[in-house]
Amino acid sequence: MPEDTKLSREPSEPAHEHHESSLTGYIVIWLILLAGTALTVIAARIDLGRFNAAVALTIATIKALLVALFFMHIKGAHEKLLKLVVISTIFFLFILLTLSMADYGTRTWS
Amino acid sequence: MSDSTVVGLHHEEQHHPELLHHFAEPQQQEDSASLGMWIFLGTEVMFFGGLFCAYLIYRLAYFGDFAAASQTLSWKLGATNTAVLICSSLTVVFAVYAAQQGKRTMLIGSLVLTIILGFAFLGIKATEYAEKFEKHHVPGPSFQFDNVPVPGHPDQMANRGHAQIYFALYFIMTGLHALHMIIGIGFFTWLLFAAWRGRFTPEYNTPVEMGGLYWHFVDIVWIYLFPLLYLIDLHK
Repeated sequence: MPEDTKLSREPSEPAHEHHESSLTGYIVIWLILLAGTALTVIAARIDLGRFNAAVALTIATIKALLVALFFMHIKGAHEKLLKLVVISTIFFLFILLTLSMADYGTRTWS
Repeated sequence: MSDSTVVGLHHEEQHHPELLHHFAEPQQQEDSASLGMWIFLGTEVMFFGGLFCAYLIYRLAYFGDFAAASQTLSWKLGATNTAVLICSSLTVVFAVYAAQQGKRTMLIGSLVLTIILGFAFLGIKATEYAEKFEKHHVPGPSFQFDNVPVPGHPDQMANRGHAQIYFALYFIMTGLHALHMIIGIGFFTWLLFAAWRGRFTPEYNTPVEMGGLYWHFVDIVWIYLFPLLYLIDLHK
């Protein structure tokens, strides 16, 4: 059975690749996150017209992605199903926000 | 290569005491915990997602009033709290790394730093809340928000009711976030206790990893809350 061979993988095999990821990598991500926070404050103080909110959300999303990929170890994750869970979470959040906005955004009578 | 281990399964193989009997091997047990944690975080995303959706609808409808209400907050305190949480995320990845490498002193130090930073966040949040009570910006019968001009329109006053919706969303979203922080600090205190007892080894450190996932998720929620609540139309 293919499952059997998978379950009884060699115990000596290194469990996680990300165990070896260096602490300097974490510090680089941390510095980028702090810079992103400073950048989002600076961007909010500049008049970008209607793009202020878009810029703020873009910076926030990049920061969230960095945290998820490198601090939460989605990058190099051992469990493959995990990516499916993450993608479906984003998908359902997308449905929640877009269908709600499709409703409220088109209520011209109110 | 798999011969010896397949045979080994039929014997009373010596295994790690933390390996539960319904798992074949530690890696499978850890993967199950990780998958379960991510599904839980998925439900948390939908939980906060509903509030973000409500925020989005009202912000688009009452943009000027939201901007006026938002500018009563101190963006300096909000930015400080963002930095505090980002630093705590760094100490959390250090804790996970230390647990995986079996570095007990580094693990305990990182956990202590994380808890201290968590309390620093809550302390700053508490002073912000106290200020809101003093200024009568808490939704309810004593809510006051009169003669506050809409940013960019000095002759137009913000609507009191619409500003109250902003503050209701502010308190629900930051309050729910703060509750998550309190739960996180509680869990990390337990992790510290277990780490002190020497329970975590390079072979078994799943609770530290799961606590880390939870903490980073709470950090991500704040990464979105900060620009949405504190930085509306700051340039006007």
